[in-house]
Amino acid sequence: MQIRRKSFLALSGAAAGSALLAACGGDETAAGSSDAGGASDAGGAEEGAAPARADADLVIWTDEEKAASLEEPVATWGEANGLSVAVQIVADDLQGNFITANQAGNGPDMIVAAHDWIGNLVQNGSISPVQLPGDATEDIAPIGLEAVTYDSQTYGVPYAVETLVMFANKELTDVPEPKTVEEMVAAGEAGGADNVLSLPVGEQGDAYHMEAFYSSAGGYLFGTDTEGDFDPSDVGVGQEGSISAGEKIKELGDQGVLSTSITGDNAISLFTDGKAAYLVSGPWALEDIRTAEIDFAMGPVPGFEGLEAAVPFAGVNAFYVAAGGKNPAIAQQFATAVASSPDIVEQMFPRNELPPVNLTLQEKLAADFPEIVKIAELAEGAGPMPALPEMATIWEPLGQAQANIVGGADPESTMTSAGEEITSQIG
Amino acid sequence: MPSTHAPAHRERTTTIPTILARVLFLGAVLAVAAFSVPVMIQLQQWMWLSIVVLATIAIFALYSTKRFVPGKYLFPGTLFLVVFLITPIILTIGYSFTNFGDGTRGTKEQAIDSIVANSVQQSDDSTWYNLSVATQGDPVEGPFTLFLVDPGTGTVYQGDETAPVQEVPSGDVEVTSGFVTDADGYTILDAREVNTAYDTIQQLAVPITDSEAVRIQGANQAFEGSTVLSYDEASDTLTDSRSGEVYSVGTVGDTEYFVNADGERAFSQSWLQGVGLSNYERLFTNAGIAKQFGAAFVWTLVFSIGSVLLTFVVGFALALVLNDERVKGRRLYRSVLLMPYAVPGFISLLVWSNFYNRDFGLINETLGLHLNWMGDPTLAKAAVLLTNLWMGFPYMFIVSTGALQSIPSDVMEAARMDGASRLQTTIKVVTPLLLVAVAPLLVASFAFNFNNFNAIQLLTEGGPFLPGEYTRGGTDILISMIYRIAFGGSGADFGFASAVSVALFALTGVLAAIQFRFTTVLEDVN
Repeated sequence: MQIRRKSFLALSGAAAGSALLAACGGDETAAGSSDAGGASDAGGAEEGAAPARADADLVIWTDEEKAASLEEPVATWGEANGLSVAVQIVADDLQGNFITANQAGNGPDMIVAAHDWIGNLVQNGSISPVQLPGDATEDIAPIGLEAVTYDSQTYGVPYAVETLVMFANKELTDVPEPKTVEEMVAAGEAGGADNVLSLPVGEQGDAYHMEAFYSSAGGYLFGTDTEGDFDPSDVGVGQEGSISAGEKIKELGDQGVLSTSITGDNAISLFTDGKAAYLVSGPWALEDIRTAEIDFAMGPVPGFEGLEAAVPFAGVNAFYVAAGGKNPAIAQQFATAVASSPDIVEQMFPRNELPPVNLTLQEKLAADFPEIVKIAELAEGAGPMPALPEMATIWEPLGQAQANIVGGADPESTMTSAGEEITSQIG
Repeated sequence: MPSTHAPAHRERTTTIPTILARVLFLGAVLAVAAFSVPVMIQLQQWMWLSIVVLATIAIFALYSTKRFVPGKYLFPGTLFLVVFLITPIILTIGYSFTNFGDGTRGTKEQAIDSIVANSVQQSDDSTWYNLSVATQGDPVEGPFTLFLVDPGTGTVYQGDETAPVQEVPSGDVEVTSGFVTDADGYTILDAREVNTAYDTIQQLAVPITDSEAVRIQGANQAFEGSTVLSYDEASDTLTDSRSGEVYSVGTVGDTEYFVNADGERAFSQSWLQGVGLSNYERLFTNAGIAKQFGAAFVWTLVFSIGSVLLTFVVGFALALVLNDERVKGRRLYRSVLLMPYAVPGFISLLVWSNFYNRDFGLINETLGLHLNWMGDPTLAKAAVLLTNLWMGFPYMFIVSTGALQSIPSDVMEAARMDGASRLQTTIKVVTPLLLVAVAPLLVASFAFNFNNFNAIQLLTEGGPFLPGEYTRGGTDILISMIYRIAFGGSGADFGFASAVSVALFALTGVLAAIQFRFTTVLEDVN
């Protein structure tokens, strides 16, 4: 009995120790970027693991929704060119899995993903540049080209753009497209809704959704150098502009327009339940809003009166050619095919309705999908999310600072400390 | 006394089935080794290769003869210990002295290749040509000739490494839908063949003007452009042919990069390097960690001891009540009480985290309160303990029920005969007997909660964070705080994360030692 108990404890002690090591150290092979699941459950690594590379002339890895929309057009293209193709889903941590697999030489030939990964993919040597034919660039919206250009080089073929817009519930407000935040607050309060605005903040903050207000009041993330590239040594958080933005955000928090109890989990449902007059969200909210049969209007996110225009983030989805893939020539050929005609993207659209960056396609879809195309047009007023790897250090401290300020903290000291935290992380 | 003398076993082991089993087993081991050795050589996994080879030799030495009986018993455990426990620890310790992470995964050659390949620039207003790659020799080795068709004018060009691009008389080649499909004396490569020889074909610099060459993109497109950067091995520098700037290797932080003349990092690509104690230095000189470590440690203890005590008290009380034969429908009650155990933990944690929402949460709405559960550090701690109680009491309930039923009823009868009341019997007789059986589980439960990352991360993400505080939130236990430090800010920095986990490993080692002491005390009571 004694021996058994002791060995059981020794076992649990050893298990605790090894689980710990696995938690912190074992992630090397499994995950590239932070993955909360990986740390707690050593056995769960398989769930997030990448698939084994399919045996085909062109292998594309992407997430589930994009994969569903890609299957057919890619198959058609493969048939036309006499090549075999495979689209594989990487449901969890596509970026980390791709970087690891590419490094090991068993990754895909191509991935489809958001443009803000470019910085990290480039520093890991995971993707190759993709040159765009001159006549193709004329047909692509400028925001798309700007997004895939990193350090003066083009790294992807952009096809869709997402940005935040303001939805208004016409039953709860008389001003469907307010020009300023002040007008929005006045109209929302007059309309008598429970909440004027539904914009996710949460206890940890949400710097992505707050960016429109933050930028309108003078805040910026990274300055730009003489060549127009972002400069990681010039952090805007903690600077004067961010403090005045903090003051504006605090005002909205004091008025109850912004609240830490509105989170990513409940923001859209507050609007669809008719409990909020306005909602700041992206194209992904459209389906829920339509299902709830809300009589809604859509417009740009307003800025503060007398201050600069609000510039929300834009995220651009693009095709990238893997640097370590087995079939780089075929991947490049497919990338050029996507760039030089809107056909492939048009075939993808019905399965995954993303606002296109191709101008011809925008015109084509305008009649049947006015909201989607409007979001694509509004994205022209947005700024591409900075793609440099240092962005990883921004999200948590800035979001946290904004949440604290919404909760009533002093804008100046909070923003300054967030800036110091970011600078120390960049090192 | 287990015998280590082989003769005692000799008779038993020399039967035909055992010989057959042994041959099959050793054959299987040999097959696995024969399969995996070439694979590992191909993947250049030298460490695992040596482990496989040594293990195979050891298995043959130990199990092919009748000698080394103790070794036969010790070997499997030792092997698994080495492979699954010691090797990861050694690897982790090894990585903690490197800069392994994003941007520093590969070799220096890979970094240089990537920098140079990424410097291809399309010339302004470049024409894009429809490309066909042809050869008069071998489709893999070359030499290759490029046939270009200008889709605008339909003019056909030809060029190779020795001859610059020149126009081809239209009669010499056959052009189908904009591509050269046939040329006298040449074999046209298909997409797969181009792909096979892509590295060689991409290296071709077929001049088209004085400064530009034809660059190939994919199997069938080409444009005018040039590779701007070139690497010089002798001086270990990169040179920009357009601006004339020279980049040399310099150290930024603890890592070598290619830097410009001012010593500033010019390219983000770097390579795996040893950095000595730099990761540990960063960990131990981090002001935030030093300041927050004590508070996090105390809360970790409160959280894990509190969780164990609360769940045990509730679970034990319910087990006692439902162990009384006078209670009707005990089975039903017992099944209902196991419900929290049946819901996957991560789902209940996410659901609970929504219950605590100040304005829209179930708890405040039902009770008519306006408590800022997730915004106030004290309330958030209470919320975490409450949720963990809900998650954990069914386990204690099962364990206590089982232990209660294993206590012989004659003991209780004897106590009753001696005049003890029901309460006295429970406290003075049942509880001590039960604790003997349950105490080790309580210790294990403590160890589990000490590192209960899920409960914290999914419920509060460590928050709430006070203004100006980014290292530790109000409900952060050590492991969740360390996780944030290692993976929170700067993307994947595995070198630093390894240093953190080595430090944490040392800490848990000390705690495990304390736990063993605690167990010895329990055994003395017994």
